[in-house]
This record gives sequence, C-alpha cells and structure tokens, in this order.
Amino acid sequence: MAKQKLVSMVEIQKSFGKVEVLKGVNFDVNYNEIVGLVGDNGAGKSTLIKILTGVHSPDGGEIYFKGKRITIHSVDKSRELGIETVYQEQALSEQQTLWRNIFMGREITTNFGFLRIKDQRNETERILRDQMGFTSKAITTDSVVKNLSGGEKQGIAIGRALFFNADLIVLDEPTMGLSLAETKKALDFVRNIKQQGKSAIFISHNIYYVYPVADRFVILDRGHVAGKFLKKDISQDELVDKMVTLARTGKIS
Amino acid sequence: MGKIRGAATARAKELRLELSILGVFVGIYLLFLIGSPSTFTRFDIYYAFMSTIPFSAIMALAATFVIVSGEIDLSFPSIMGFSGWVFAKLSNVMIDRGMNPELVIVLATLACFATGIVGGTMNGTLVVKTRIPSLVATIGTMFFWRGLVNVCGQGYGETLVPINQTVLFKLFIGRISGLIPAQAIWMLVLTAIFWLLLKRHRFGSHVLIVGDNVESARMMGIRVNKVKMTVFMIMGFFASFSGILASLEVNYLWPSLGEGYLLRTLAAVFVGGTSVFGGMGTIFGTFIGSIIIGSLEGGIVAIGLTGFWTQLIYGLIIVVSLSIYSYFRRRE
Ligand SMILES: Nc1ncnc2c1ncn2[C@@H]1O[C@H](COP(=O)(O)OP(=O)(O)OP(=O)(O)O)[C@@H](O)[C@H]1O
Ligand SMILES: [Mg+2]
Repeated sequence: MAKQKLVSMVEIQKSFGKVEVLKGVNFDVNYNEIVGLVGDNGAGKSTLIKILTGVHSPDGGEIYFKGKRITIHSVDKSRELGIETVYQEQALSEQQTLWRNIFMGREITTNFGFLRIKDQRNETERILRDQMGFTSKAITTDSVVKNLSGGEKQGIAIGRALFFNADLIVLDEPTMGLSLAETKKALDFVRNIKQQGKSAIFISHNIYYVYPVADRFVILDRGHVAGKFLKKDISQDELVDKMVTLARTGKIS
Repeated sequence: MGKIRGAATARAKELRLELSILGVFVGIYLLFLIGSPSTFTRFDIYYAFMSTIPFSAIMALAATFVIVSGEIDLSFPSIMGFSGWVFAKLSNVMIDRGMNPELVIVLATLACFATGIVGGTMNGTLVVKTRIPSLVATIGTMFFWRGLVNVCGQGYGETLVPINQTVLFKLFIGRISGLIPAQAIWMLVLTAIFWLLLKRHRFGSHVLIVGDNVESARMMGIRVNKVKMTVFMIMGFFASFSGILASLEVNYLWPSLGEGYLLRTLAAVFVGGTSVFGGMGTIFGTFIGSIIIGSLEGGIVAIGLTGFWTQLIYGLIIVVSLSIYSYFRRRE
C-alpha cells in the first residue's frame, strides 16, 4: 500500500440489517492533514468513522494504518493505534462527574483496579483550565455533565479527545449546537491539531466551517464517495455549488 | 446565590440524598422510640434485627449494582431458594455417607456458590446475548429456579443440624461473644466492599456509565456486555450466600426459602435512594434502606399495632421517601 498515508480505508462496506449504508467506500487520511468529510444526512459519514474507531465492524473492505493492514475490532484497539474521537452523540455520561467522563473506559487505576481519583481530578482540572480555557468557577471537576451547557459539553468531548495525544483525531459534527464564539473555539482546536503535526477528520454539514480549516474534502453520498477535492483546486463557493447540485440531481456536475 | 448552574457537584448532590435517607431513618426510629420506649431502649430488638436484616440487605447490595447498571433482577429470591436447596441437600447426602461435617459444609458451600453464579450467568446470558429485557428474562428464570426447587425437593425441607457445630457455620452465623450475630458483621463488611467497588473502583465506574448511557459506554470502549454479565453474576452469588445464611440461621432448609424477599429487597434499594433509571446509586442508602424496611415489621408490632398494618406502612414509607428524593432531584 501507499506508504505515505496515515489511514487508508479501502472498499469499505457496511449494512445494518437489509440497509446497505456503505457501498464500497475508499477514504484516506495523509500525515498532518485535515480532511473534511461532508455529505447529506444519512450519507454514512458517522458509520464510516465508527468503523475506523472500532464501534462498528465492517462487512467488507480493508483498513491500513501507517501502511500496515489492520483489523479494528474494538474501541481499545483504535485507541492503541492513536485514534481519538469526538462522536456526534458526544458519548458523555450525563449523570456522572467530569473526572469520570474524561477517563471513561480508561480510568487511571492502581494494579487492583482502584481508581486514582486524585490523579483523575488533577488531569481533568488541567484539561478544563489549560486546554479548554474554562474560566467559569461554576464548573469544577466534580460538576455533573447534565448541568453543563451544550457548548461546555462539546468542550469536554473535544478536550477528552485531545488529551490522549492521538495521531488522528476524528471530529463528528463538533460544531453542532454551538454559538458562534464556541464554534470559533472548536475550529481553533482543529487548526491546532494541524499545527501540532497531527491529522484530523472533520465531519460537518456546514461547508462554511469545514472549508477554512480542511486541506482536502471528501463528499459522501448515500454510501458512495461522490467526489474528492484538494482545497487548492476548489473554491468555497464551488464546493457549495457541488453539494447543492448533488442534493438536487444526485450527481456532482 | 442559589441558582449557580453547575454548582450542584456530584458530591453535594449525593450528600443531600444520603442525608434525606438518614432523615427518614431517624424519623422512623424516633416514632418507634416514642411508640414503644420499653422495646426500643432494650438490646433484644436490635439483636433480632441484626439476625434477620442481613439476609435481605446483602442481596440488596448486589441488587443495587444491577439497578445502577440499568437492569433489574426478579429471580434472585428463587436463586436463593434453589442454591440453598443444593447446599442443604448436598450436606445431607455427604453426612449420610459419613463424611466429616467440617468438610461437608465447605463442599456444600462451594456447590451453593457455584449454583448461584450459574443462575446469575444464565440471567446475564439471556440479557446480553439473547437480548431479552431483564425484566422479562428474570421473570422467566424466577419461575424456573423456583420450579426446580419444587421438582427436586418435592416440597420437602432439609435439616441442617448435622453441620451446625462446624467452624464455617460459626463464621457464617455464629454469635460474637454471644451478642452480635456474625451475619450482621458480614452485612457491614460487604457494605464497605460494595461501596468501595461502586465509588472507588473501575468496575463501579463502568457500571455507573453503562447504566447512564449504554451507547456512550460502548463508544468509549467499555465492554458493556461484560459489565452486565458481571453484575448478574454478583447478584446470583450473593443470593446463594444469603440462602446459606438464612437457612443456617434456622438450622433448616425450607423449600419456600426466598419467598417474600423480592419486593422487600428491591424496596430497600429504592427507599435507599438509588435511581430506577440506572446510572446513579448509593450503597449507603441501600444499607439504611435495608434497615428501615427490615425493622418496620418488628417495630410496627412493638408499638402496638397489629401485623395488619405492616403493608400499609411499608407503602407509606416507600411513597413518602421516593417523593422526597424526586423533589430534590427536580430542584437541581
Ligand atoms: N446502528 C445502526 N443501526 C441501524 N441503522 C443505522 C445505524 N447507524 C446508522 N444507521 C443508518 O445508516 C445510515 C447512515 O447513517 P450515518 O449516521 O452514518 O449518517 P451520517 O452521514 O452521519 O448522517 P448525519 O449527517 O445525519 O449525521 C442512516 O440511514 C442511518 O439510519
Ligand atoms: Mg452522523
């Protein structure tokens, strides 16, 4: 396989029951690249990235990571590889504290599995203050997710993903439900990923958010890749036009 | 002040909940004291409570984990009954062969534990693999294990007298300096262990998260099925443990062992403040809730009401305490 790629997903297929959601999708991410994955509701974007992160297993196709063929049969496996995800559903536990949420599924423990609560609290505190820039005194490591605003919740989900030093960060609709100021913050996080030399997959409906931060765009349409464009080959307006045409005619031009 | 969003930290919330359950507890005991000072200032009634409450309380601790994980188990009284029967029957078979009682009780205990774990595994499998909702699945296994006691035991009980001079017997239900029943110590120790597990251990964290939102748990790499399987196995195990304690206490295995425990045990969990919806639970609450539910009957009779009042007062206590918690929760 092409060695310069961080991730290659080749001819990925996935059905839920009788519904074929992915019909042979080819999707790559290069080193230090932000890929904008766009497409209509139900196109299969979330399903594609959930295959990459081990939530779903594919019915067909191959996945290569840093040039090596791999099977990702669990979330743990994808984390081991260095893939972190901000899910569209946020994957938070509403009734639990922030320190439990940040370390969900990979708690800091002693050898006997007892939690190092102090360490988890301290790290959470660091994420809140340094990484997320939360200054509100009302939010502490002991706050319950349920009581946070939509933007704060998204901040926790993003902060959690950035904390674990991944090579590839997947953001599924990270700007959903955010105010303009919060959206700007989320976009800055994505730029920051690029500056740190890492890669990201940025999924969004909103081309106006994706375009400025992504290096490349992949349009997914009803389980097919309808088009791939480098930013230098296409303007924002042209990309919007393509999406509109696609939605109207089912074809890209 | 007052309405600072996010100010309600988890710890403050939990403290408030546990204080309100403590309030209910103190209120009830004050009524007992006022209603029958002669009974409630003497040790006897507490001795009686310490001998009987642990059987249900120990199962309530395990049931708390099941409920926190977002599931329910209705079969534990039947598992208690069947594994208790295995314990007693096996003891007698071995005693009849002339085996040493010390060895007999150890082997019978192991067999009983194994039976309980099998019962829990069966529930777990039905829920996790067959994907039958636990409410329905455990109605099935409830009848199944009770039916097995009936078929195997043919309605006969089993004496446990031959093993009541053994070390293990004393360890299970002996009296410490003649005053404190060992099962009360088991209840205390297990409460501490369950508290540690739920609040201080990775397993408890996973149980909370699974009960909170299964999909989130799955996306964050928590092995949801393993967690659910484990809580059902723990439930089965402690049902069998309670089965041993309760039948050793009376030196006899009643074929009806376990009957009457279901609603009381679950009531103890809910009166204790654990949420029916999963994702939130308190072991301290279950501990106090078990004492409340377990002492109501004795207390009611002691203050001079007839046993006919018991259910009415159970009902009142449950409705009132749950309303208090719900009020607190909504105010957040
Ligand atoms: N677990 C599931 N079981 C059954 N069907 C599913 C499941 N997950 C997704 N689908 C279906 O697969 C299709 C693609 O869903 P997916 O979430 O991948 O779309 P998407 O591109 O992320 O859409 P959106 O932009 O609305 O988030 C949809 O028709 C959806 O209903
Ligand atoms: Mg989606």
